[in-house]
Amino acid sequence: MTKQRANWSPYDNNGGSCVAIAGADYCVIAADTRMSTGYNILSREYSKITKLADKCLMASSGFQADVKALQKHLAARHLIYQHQHNKQMSCPAMGQLLSNTLYYKRFFPYYSFNVLGGLDSEGKGCVYTYDAVGSYERVGYSSQGSGSTLIMPFLDNQLKSPSPLLLPAQDAVTPLSETEAVDLVKTVFASATERDIYTGDKLEIVVVNAEGIRREYMDLRKD
Amino acid sequence: MFRNQYDTDVTTWSPAGRLFQVEYAMEAVKQGSAAIGLRSKTHVVLACVNKASSELSSHQKKIFKVDDHIGVAIAGLTADGRVLSRYMRNECINYSFTYESPLPVGRLVVQLADKAQVCTQRSWKRPYGVGLLVVGLDELGAHLYYNCPSGNYFEYQAFAIGSRSQAAKTYLERRFENFTDSSREDLIKDALISVRETLQGEKLKSSICTVAVVGIGEAFHILDQETVQQLIDAFEIVGEDEPPVPEVGDAEADQGEAAAPAAEEGAAPMDI
Repeated sequence: MTKQRANWSPYDNNGGSCVAIAGADYCVIAADTRMSTGYNILSREYSKITKLADKCLMASSGFQADVKALQKHLAARHLIYQHQHNKQMSCPAMGQLLSNTLYYKRFFPYYSFNVLGGLDSEGKGCVYTYDAVGSYERVGYSSQGSGSTLIMPFLDNQLKSPSPLLLPAQDAVTPLSETEAVDLVKTVFASATERDIYTGDKLEIVVVNAEGIRREYMDLRKD
Repeated sequence: MFRNQYDTDVTTWSPAGRLFQVEYAMEAVKQGSAAIGLRSKTHVVLACVNKASSELSSHQKKIFKVDDHIGVAIAGLTADGRVLSRYMRNECINYSFTYESPLPVGRLVVQLADKAQVCTQRSWKRPYGVGLLVVGLDELGAHLYYNCPSGNYFEYQAFAIGSRSQAAKTYLERRFENFTDSSREDLIKDALISVRETLQGEKLKSSICTVAVVGIGEAFHILDQETVQQLIDAFEIVGEDEPPVPEVGDAEADQGEAAAPAAEEGAAPMDI
């Protein structure tokens, strides 16, 4: 007798890709705006990026219903934090909170692949990358979602620091300016859109810096 | 108040049909320092007197932001007030989470009142020793409510609670009919004058009073000390509490106008 399997899954994958890049005094968070299910498109203009705190944003791909629930949960926790501490949560604090929230549902996870971006308490760009159950790490750049396998190697090529063990010694990677980072994000998404069917339609780019938060859009291939 | 044999616990009626413990709790409200609220069609203002127990200590926090559209001022046992504001904040957050819309202030005061009533009907509890002036906005406009330790609540055009509040109430009774159509600046001025009435001769300074405003298009926030001092100076120059003569009034309105945007830009995050 073969093992009985469920014929209904609580999860669905709505596709899409997210990227975040941290700079010396800015952070770029970007995601496409296509929401799909199977081979169908549900929306060409769905935002995967949400503001969690003054200088902290989250981009999430995966199951958008879980993503929405997770965002609401974090927003409520942030309000409580503001009541108790009389200030906004910093990006590292939100990073830890997100990790704990994800692990809390270790045995029925949020199907949400997150990338947190913002400024840390010193005003430097910070990016945290997560898996579905809360394992996280602070990094200089990251991508998640259906296009991440195409995007990440390219970001590594452009942004990864050379190993200090290499001979002859290579320079550390030159810091990217804000415009260079935004251009890189646009290039990366245009490429991912070519080969990943779940990525496309429009690109939403959010830039956080000392002046505040700036939003930009770019059209991507719609096929 | 006289001590008698029916006041030992809250679950004992007196032969005259009174619950003395509840009435004693309302006395605690009268002992606290004054809190005043007034409303117009579009704005509500809260003002309270901040008493510090000594020169060395900080002032008691008496006004709390509950949500962007709701705030509360307390008089009486401030610890009870803090706990109740935490409850109110939680209720607002949970309602927002479930319904993606702000909790109507009328619902919140009923929930608060029911919570207070529970403490008047359990032998192992005591009534909350704090009176709350709850201000908030809903679809119909601005509202001001007073929640009693007894579990009663009432809506008001203007009200004052705490010690020497009768002086403020007398002033408000004279003026309240004009409040519905008052401008934001006039409302704040009336609030400050009411506070001055409760001080019985002591000089009104921004260091001893706190003012908070909420209105249509304006989130609840506590005005900073500088703004309050400017507003006080503005009407003290006139030196009277009746509506000022037109040209002096225009100068005051300008000062109020200039102060208001500054207050909104520097809106404080929620206080504990």
